[in-house]
Amino acid sequence: MKAKVQVLSLESNISAGRRVKDVVLKALIYLSALITILLLLGLIGYIFYRGLPHVTWEFLTTQRKVLEDKIGILPNIIFTLYMILTALVIALPVGVGAAIYLNEYSNNKGLVRFIEFSTETLTAIPSIIYGLVGMLFFCQKLGLRSSVLAGSLTLVVMILPSIIRTTQESLKTTPQSYRDGALALGATKWYTIRTIVLPCTIDGIVSGAILAVGRIVGESAALLFTAGAGYVLVTNYFRALSTSGGTLSVMLYVYTMESGEFSVGFAIASILMILVLIINFSAKAAKKRLKKIG
Amino acid sequence: MKARNITEQVMHVIFVVCGMISIIAVVGISAYMIISGLPAIREIGLKDFLFGQVWKSTASEPLFGILPFILSSIFATSGAILIGVPIGLLMSVFLSKIASTKVASSVRPAVELLAGIPSVVYGLVGIIVLVPAVMDVFNLKSGSTLFSAIIVLAIMILPSIVSVSENALNAVPKKFEEASLALGATKIETIFKVSIPSAKSGITAGVVLGIGRAIGEAMAVMMVAGNVANMPKLFSSVRFLTTAISSEMSYASGLQKQALFSIGLVLFVFIMIINIVLNTLLKGGYKDEG
Repeated sequence: MKAKVQVLSLESNISAGRRVKDVVLKALIYLSALITILLLLGLIGYIFYRGLPHVTWEFLTTQRKVLEDKIGILPNIIFTLYMILTALVIALPVGVGAAIYLNEYSNNKGLVRFIEFSTETLTAIPSIIYGLVGMLFFCQKLGLRSSVLAGSLTLVVMILPSIIRTTQESLKTTPQSYRDGALALGATKWYTIRTIVLPCTIDGIVSGAILAVGRIVGESAALLFTAGAGYVLVTNYFRALSTSGGTLSVMLYVYTMESGEFSVGFAIASILMILVLIINFSAKAAKKRLKKIG
Repeated sequence: MKARNITEQVMHVIFVVCGMISIIAVVGISAYMIISGLPAIREIGLKDFLFGQVWKSTASEPLFGILPFILSSIFATSGAILIGVPIGLLMSVFLSKIASTKVASSVRPAVELLAGIPSVVYGLVGIIVLVPAVMDVFNLKSGSTLFSAIIVLAIMILPSIVSVSENALNAVPKKFEEASLALGATKIETIFKVSIPSAKSGITAGVVLGIGRAIGEAMAVMMVAGNVANMPKLFSSVRFLTTAISSEMSYASGLQKQALFSIGLVLFVFIMIINIVLNTLLKGGYKDEG
């Protein structure tokens, strides 16, 4: 393609006006690229510059002591982990199951399209709406109140679409001959899925899970109403489920907007940025492996 | 053999149930939004609710007009699109047509990273850097304005516009571009007169996706827009549909709380319309040609 361009464009016959237009547009394109990259580098650099000095061992390993006016985020790290764990434990089987249904079982094209439309709709719904419905349904109707469990259940619905999509993509790249071979040897459908299809899909499931972790870590609006902003240390998982617990993102909001603790905000922001970098990197690695197998 | 059959049947049923979960969730959410959103609208009156210009939810004679929120949301979204789309589109041209594979593959992660940054982080940098800057540059009393929100939203929607447009540009059949080049058009002319028009429906889909993101964003704009229920002006503090909900939810009760659910319903209707438009657009484009 590149070589062709040079051969085909007759540079000498181009009028000055056209040439100027070309240069201007090209400059604008490079400028846009430059703006985007500088923006990202500036953002990351500034957040680390303001935040990293405040990320101390004490900050990471203690809880907030109101009387001593000290802020630690250990409880919030634990709440975030518990919420990731709970949401994934529920969403992964359901999401993978949905993808298997769409790709392996259903032969009703209309229904598949309707399910896919619903899944896309779930992606489009803003998190504040999830927060409202989560509050009405999980906190009030099911009586879970503002708790880690109510927050996790709300997150389950929010992360389902990405798990379904990545698993489905991976299922589509699994060669049909694998399934045919297993079925021809007398295996039943579920046995084929369990032993042949699912192992081939593992990387799609993993990258879906990583994307979901990213969404959970960054979520704030939905969790503010469903899980609250608790900062008291609860290490027992099952007790934590029923207590109000703020994740790191929620606490970033609460500390900066309600207490004006900007340095704490930036410290949490730098931790979040490091997590985002790790998550993006590992999602890419998982995808690469996926491609190799497919 | 029989036990195996039963397992097969059970697993089939389980997968059907899993498959239906998205539908159940969407129907459930819609039902909840409608059921909880309608009572307040009925009590306030649809016209007074949608077109009322004053929101005084805590006054002794409360007024629940959400026109300021609707207009602020629309203005902020339009502003973000106005700034974000040209930059995003040119960026996607860069990635798809200009940059070498090597450069593109090292720049693309940067765009993806922008998408991964949590909205509260954008909000935080917004209050500390952008809001004072806006105050200084435009000589205002406070930089917490609609304008600041527009800038933050423009940055936040950039990644969705870039990635969808890039896919659309990559899908333009090579023969179209080759024909244009063969007729003597320069590479840039080909991009702007052939590639972009051909990828129109995909690019529009990216824009619509961006509209959805911008109108649904809550935390980041709540942090930079000052959150006062004014009719929208570029350099005054405003409140959006999303932030109207989140700013009063924690203490609201009675009709005020129900009115917040009604705002949620209005937002939900906006999002559903956008989503249907998006789906229609994505079905077009070059799927089978090329």
